[in-house]
Amino acid sequence: MSFLKTFLVFLCVAVGLAGPAFAQSDPEALRPLINELAKGKYAETEKQIGALVATGNPAVAPALEALGEGKLFFRKSDGTVFITEKAGKSYLLTDPLTLEAAGEAGKREVKKVKVNNKLRRVIRSALGSLTLMAPDPAVRKSAAEAVFKAQDPASIEALDVALQAETDDGVRTVMEQARAAAVLNSDLDEAEKIKAVDTLSDMGNRDALSLLINLENTSEGVVKEAASLAVAKIEKSIAAWNAAQNIWYGLSLGSVLLLAAIGLAITFGVMGVINMAHGEMVMIGAYTTFVVQELIRTTAPGLFDYSLLIALPLAFLMSGLVGVAIERGVIRWLYGRPLETLLATWGISLILQQAVRSIFGPTNREVGNPDWMSGAFELGQMTITYNRMWIIVFALLVFAGLMLVLKKTPFGLYTRAVTQNRRMAASMGIRTPWIDALTFGLGSGIAGIAGVALSQIDNVSPNLGQGYIIDSFMVVVFGGVGNLWGTLVGAMTLGIVNKFLEPYAGAVLGKIFVLVFIILFIQKRPRGLFALKGRAVEA
Amino acid sequence: MMSSFLFRAMDARAGIFIAILGAAIVLVPAGNLFVPESSPFHVPTYAVTLMGKYLTYALLALAVDLVWGYCGILSLGHAAFFALGGYAMGMYLMRQIGTRGVYGDPILPDFMVFLNWQELPWYWYGFDMFWFAALMVVLVPGILAFVFGWFAFRSRVTGVYLSIITQALTYALLLAFFRNDMGFGGNNGLTDFKDLLGFDIQADTTRAGLFAASGIALVVCFLICRAITRSKLGKVLVAVRDAESRTRFLGYRVEHYKLFVWTLSAMMAGIAGALYVPQVGIINPGEFAPANSIEVVIWVAVGGRGTLVGAVLGAVLVNFAKTWFTAALPEIWLFALGGLFVVVTLFLPKGIVGTVSQGWTALRQRKISADYEAGSDDPPSAPPHSPAARANITPPKPPAPVPGNAEPQPAE
Repeated sequence: MSFLKTFLVFLCVAVGLAGPAFAQSDPEALRPLINELAKGKYAETEKQIGALVATGNPAVAPALEALGEGKLFFRKSDGTVFITEKAGKSYLLTDPLTLEAAGEAGKREVKKVKVNNKLRRVIRSALGSLTLMAPDPAVRKSAAEAVFKAQDPASIEALDVALQAETDDGVRTVMEQARAAAVLNSDLDEAEKIKAVDTLSDMGNRDALSLLINLENTSEGVVKEAASLAVAKIEKSIAAWNAAQNIWYGLSLGSVLLLAAIGLAITFGVMGVINMAHGEMVMIGAYTTFVVQELIRTTAPGLFDYSLLIALPLAFLMSGLVGVAIERGVIRWLYGRPLETLLATWGISLILQQAVRSIFGPTNREVGNPDWMSGAFELGQMTITYNRMWIIVFALLVFAGLMLVLKKTPFGLYTRAVTQNRRMAASMGIRTPWIDALTFGLGSGIAGIAGVALSQIDNVSPNLGQGYIIDSFMVVVFGGVGNLWGTLVGAMTLGIVNKFLEPYAGAVLGKIFVLVFIILFIQKRPRGLFALKGRAVEA
Repeated sequence: MMSSFLFRAMDARAGIFIAILGAAIVLVPAGNLFVPESSPFHVPTYAVTLMGKYLTYALLALAVDLVWGYCGILSLGHAAFFALGGYAMGMYLMRQIGTRGVYGDPILPDFMVFLNWQELPWYWYGFDMFWFAALMVVLVPGILAFVFGWFAFRSRVTGVYLSIITQALTYALLLAFFRNDMGFGGNNGLTDFKDLLGFDIQADTTRAGLFAASGIALVVCFLICRAITRSKLGKVLVAVRDAESRTRFLGYRVEHYKLFVWTLSAMMAGIAGALYVPQVGIINPGEFAPANSIEVVIWVAVGGRGTLVGAVLGAVLVNFAKTWFTAALPEIWLFALGGLFVVVTLFLPKGIVGTVSQGWTALRQRKISADYEAGSDDPPSAPPHSPAARANITPPKPPAPVPGNAEPQPAE
């Protein structure tokens, strides 16, 4: 609905701007024609509309539009037509051609030009064909789309004229589709209709499908056959697009899971520490984003679009520091006692949650989307929102960055050395306690920047982390502990499976199925999808 | 045979424990029913219900201690068994409402009428009979635990992995019970109960009776756990906890032992849940929340894992603290609970009971050593029932138990 409104406003403005250029040549020649609208009954008004359209001058569009909306009045004294706006007891008059204010008139001085539904339809298609010739391709395109919706056979001629003059390929396609839709409604011969069916079946979306199904039910013979063939073809392509859309949603969910789980893959997978406070690291990252945005709003509103970029390093530092503090304060006393670590970090998670609740309050906090993260674009028949797309890109970037750090830097080398053989690493001069603390800090910091991303699509509340902790553990356990590639594959698989189950089973039941599937899967492969082999297993 | 089995359960510590509990079972209901309200010894009804609730929590903690303290299985999903037992009881209580519900349907509970259901789902059949419901209280958690455990232990899912999938289990059940289509009242759960076995559930006498029933269930389950852990079976369980692979190599079917004790523990949790529901008057899917299960574990850890008495003590203490804190200082409660987790794991790994009894053993040890030096003939050795002797399968004979060696290690 709001789209329609914007479209109409857009049309008015565009026509209003284009109007004067045409009108300059002969503005007053149209006035008698417009004034004619005030005379006679519906049938005559219809003729007058036809005459106006025949001039091909877009300047008549505002008057027609006003007529359609019931805002076109004429002055009883001299029969001049005005566009009116009600203001209290009187009407504000606007000249229908120049669009300039033309004073006021009392209630009794003017009379409405009558309009009925049939006329409104005529007006709609007339407006469509009028703007088909507009100089701006965007206006032409939306005009063609309007004709497509109206499916009025009367506009076929206008479309033919417009098609001849059309230079823009994109607009031409839309016009052809509009023409095809109109042809189906007309009483043209079968050959024309079959051609139209072909055009529509190439179009292949839901609008075309509903038109064709309608045709299939009403027509007979060759046309009916062609229509049912086309319907089958479109249904197939829609199913394929649905699958693609599901995969896209799945990847999007998977990347959220990946972001939440990847920090855990380091602390749990690489270090073997069960960090139940991992979700709270994500939460700290999200709240850091909130604080950064608040500061930017009050001090430098111009920087708002960069708020996420500013928040990223800060969130990494905040969560990382909290992580190092937890490791130094609690976890290092518990190495080799995984179950105790689990309990202690659960306690820490409760403390962090309550701390955030005391500082920021228990309610959701508003984190805004910068411009480049809001909106969507169309790819074929899929709608892709920018925030989901950026999160997928971001998750993959984080993953790649983490792989680089672990494989290509000295710090990564030390981490892997300590993981594989702590005593040997210590003997070679690596300060294992420091590496432990830094690795834990890295895992927590990654959770923090995941929080920045999740703040864009989830509620920022003290319970933010709780929602992700079980899912993250599932991903890490499913993918295989100690293997980052496993985490990637695990996250994406679970995301896609979840989204494919949803249409059949509903969101909640789908999730239950996934959980049960993982429980069964762990029975079969207790060490996950990509299990470590050899000695490391027993460690 | 049976008597010797149960006789083994008794010793001084168990005796004291049962004496205290027995006194409570008699005195609290008596204080509520027979002492006039003006008297300082009168126990108000809300206190009876509150303490009854603590006792069911204690029973749940006892069940967790049996698997975690003695067999090294850290379950983060025991609240699921507790809630299943509770739901079984809740279904019986729902059927007892009959025509007294808001919609007055003789068979369908209110929420089903509200959802426009025409007839009772098949799994609600039989719950109008108490014996059937009582059977289900034990069987449903038991069967679930058996199936789950059979798969998990057979594939040798151990340690942290097992903890995480038990958590996934309770989470999946949480999601499932939230659905209205499941036929368990969805979000609101089962509530608005009227009577139990013909007694008005709000009456003081019923409340007192439920308290006594909870106490008796706790004593019986305690005796069973005690008997198991002090039998040869119990020794094998401890061996599984401390060195699972070695026990397997010695020829024991580790998974059978685990499965037995796991299923038994789930049944006890179910009984606890069934006693809990009529006392609090509601059961809803919130009971399945993973956080609840983890909280049970901390009760056991506070009291002392692997001591049984400690589990009961921990459950009562922590819940008493919770009641007090959430009323007096609600902001502080989560800080306190979180701090408790950290402090207990870092500084009190044996819990209250473990630490106290270790201190007492150390004192006695010192006295014996002193006597030995003074010329006594007895060589210094660990007393038979000290935690040190139980934690090590083959107790070496150190001059004194080194703290830390006696630490029960989970089988990894």
